[in-house]
Amino acid sequence: MFEFVGSRFDQILFASWQHFSLVAQCLIIATVLAVVTAGLVYRSPALRSAANSVSAIGLTIPAFALVGLLIAPFGFGVVPAVIVVVFFAVLPILRNAVVGLTSIDRSVIESARGIGMTRFQVLRRIELPMAWPVILAGIRVSAQMVMGIAAITAYVLGPGLGGFIFTGLSRLGGANSLESVVTGIVAVIILALILDFLLVGLGRLTISRGIRV
Amino acid sequence: MSDKAPSTQLPDTGSGSSADGGRSITGASILLDKVTKRYPGQSRAAVDGLTMEIPAGKIVMLVGPSGCGKTTTLKMINRLIEPTEGRIVLDGDDVTGINGDSLRRRIGYVIQAGGLFPHMSVAANIAIVPKMLGWSRDRIAARVDELLELVSLDPVQYRDRYPRELSGGQQQRVGVARALAADPPVLLMDEPFGAVDPITRVRLQDELISIQHELQKTIVCVTHDFDEAVKLGDWIAIFTEGAQLVQYDTPERILAEPANEFVENFIGSGAGLKQLTLTRVNEVDLQSAVTAEPGTLASDVLSRLDERGHDHAVILDSRNRPLQWLSRRQLSRLERIGADRDARLPLVGERASLNDALDIMLVSSVGAALVTGGRDSFRGVIDVETIMDAISKAHEHARTSHAHGKPVGINTNSMDAITAPRPAGPEPLPPEDGSRDGE
Repeated sequence: MFEFVGSRFDQILFASWQHFSLVAQCLIIATVLAVVTAGLVYRSPALRSAANSVSAIGLTIPAFALVGLLIAPFGFGVVPAVIVVVFFAVLPILRNAVVGLTSIDRSVIESARGIGMTRFQVLRRIELPMAWPVILAGIRVSAQMVMGIAAITAYVLGPGLGGFIFTGLSRLGGANSLESVVTGIVAVIILALILDFLLVGLGRLTISRGIRV
Repeated sequence: MSDKAPSTQLPDTGSGSSADGGRSITGASILLDKVTKRYPGQSRAAVDGLTMEIPAGKIVMLVGPSGCGKTTTLKMINRLIEPTEGRIVLDGDDVTGINGDSLRRRIGYVIQAGGLFPHMSVAANIAIVPKMLGWSRDRIAARVDELLELVSLDPVQYRDRYPRELSGGQQQRVGVARALAADPPVLLMDEPFGAVDPITRVRLQDELISIQHELQKTIVCVTHDFDEAVKLGDWIAIFTEGAQLVQYDTPERILAEPANEFVENFIGSGAGLKQLTLTRVNEVDLQSAVTAEPGTLASDVLSRLDERGHDHAVILDSRNRPLQWLSRRQLSRLERIGADRDARLPLVGERASLNDALDIMLVSSVGAALVTGGRDSFRGVIDVETIMDAISKAHEHARTSHAHGKPVGINTNSMDAITAPRPAGPEPLPPEDGSRDGE
């Protein structure tokens, strides 16, 4: 095991970095998409429940199936991998963003309007900062989930640690096959922990002291 | 989240008087001109053809039972609720058509519990409107400190706190400070003191009175508490359902001459007692008293009491502050008068209301109270007769005098609303009013 890791250390490190970078960038894209979508739908009860249904149903789609389906239109490589990871990452964030934006006390919004803030200023200066802790919780859930999903994208030759897992599984019983799978899994878990730690730190920096729990 | 740079977008459309030059004006008059609000799907209008003049620099209280449209009326002034028909005229300008957001920046707005933004510090909350108006950072910082002092909060201590670190009363104070931030000529308050305990409420009311004394804004305040209306209001507008204006007059005249049974019921029991809250002790004629200094012979004092036909003598210290209040019996037991201070003296400040004075009088053994002025110096004696006189005089005055410069207030669709809003039957008061009488 140590031998396996030792001899391929650079390769593992590179794959880990790629994996992490894929997840982190996809999370950023997903957060922007989810928050913008939530900002568009949260005022309308009908759109709101539609958004909730989409995120509930979307999460039931098997990631592996979606990855496979995307080969036809997008081929192999980074593009389908990003699409799948972003798709799954959006869902929990969207759900939390809608909940966060709708659960703000009406009187706060009313006083913001009452002192002359435009709708957009209310969203940007009042509602989003107040919903941010809930949105960030959604981002953390997404981060954990798509760490695993990103590994599956190795099936379409996407970047990251999935390669170790897939090659190991495909020749299970062969030399170093188990080591390869275990290395992939452990590295994914470590990356997930690191990312979660970073997100907690982000929360510390960005959540106002006035609403920190 | 704190935006450092002042907000750049400022859709300051139209409104010419929002320029800096206008800020020296303290209050502005407001006119609601035949304003109606109908909600879709409701047969009755929430506010029906209301014409109401709100004089500049005065506190106007809108009172009435829940659901009578008083809050709707208030929110139409800053167009948080857009009127279906009619005009809103602010300081002579028709503001019905201008951009609602820039209108609201010219009008302070305070709601119950302050409506503070929990994720912003006290300073950031207060700075919002000045920031939107593009003030410089130094000017905003100076203004924040100035306002915190105005509402009796120490800037150093409170500037950087968050709303949840403040008590209810302090939050309400910050709410008022925020509303006053850009020095708006008009302040709208929606049940501002509804969420604080009675003791804090009284203190906040007193502070509002003194702030108003200093600033002379036009304040429109919604409340369901008639006593609050009497205490704060220069004018009181009493509404019934559909924002029908039943009576719009000074507190004195509403108490002395309620327009109809509805108003009488709304005032509740004890209209006479409420009159007492309107007059201050220094506005009535106090009675003189026999005074003496410590060390005087008790027999001398007794003989002076005989001369004047009084029963009690007030003992004052060298700085004219009351020490004791001795009856004939107490004096007859003494040889010389001592210099002890009686901790249970019934003292009342001359700025107190007659209501407070009566309260103190009733618990004192003498049935009267000593009035003190600046530096606690003795001014005179107030007793029940003094108060009775003052009340009957005030009553007479309110009945006979027609309030000077009385503002207009009618519902256009029902011209007789002021004199006879309900043709027959007992007034359908909501239960909460009946129960409040007992409070």
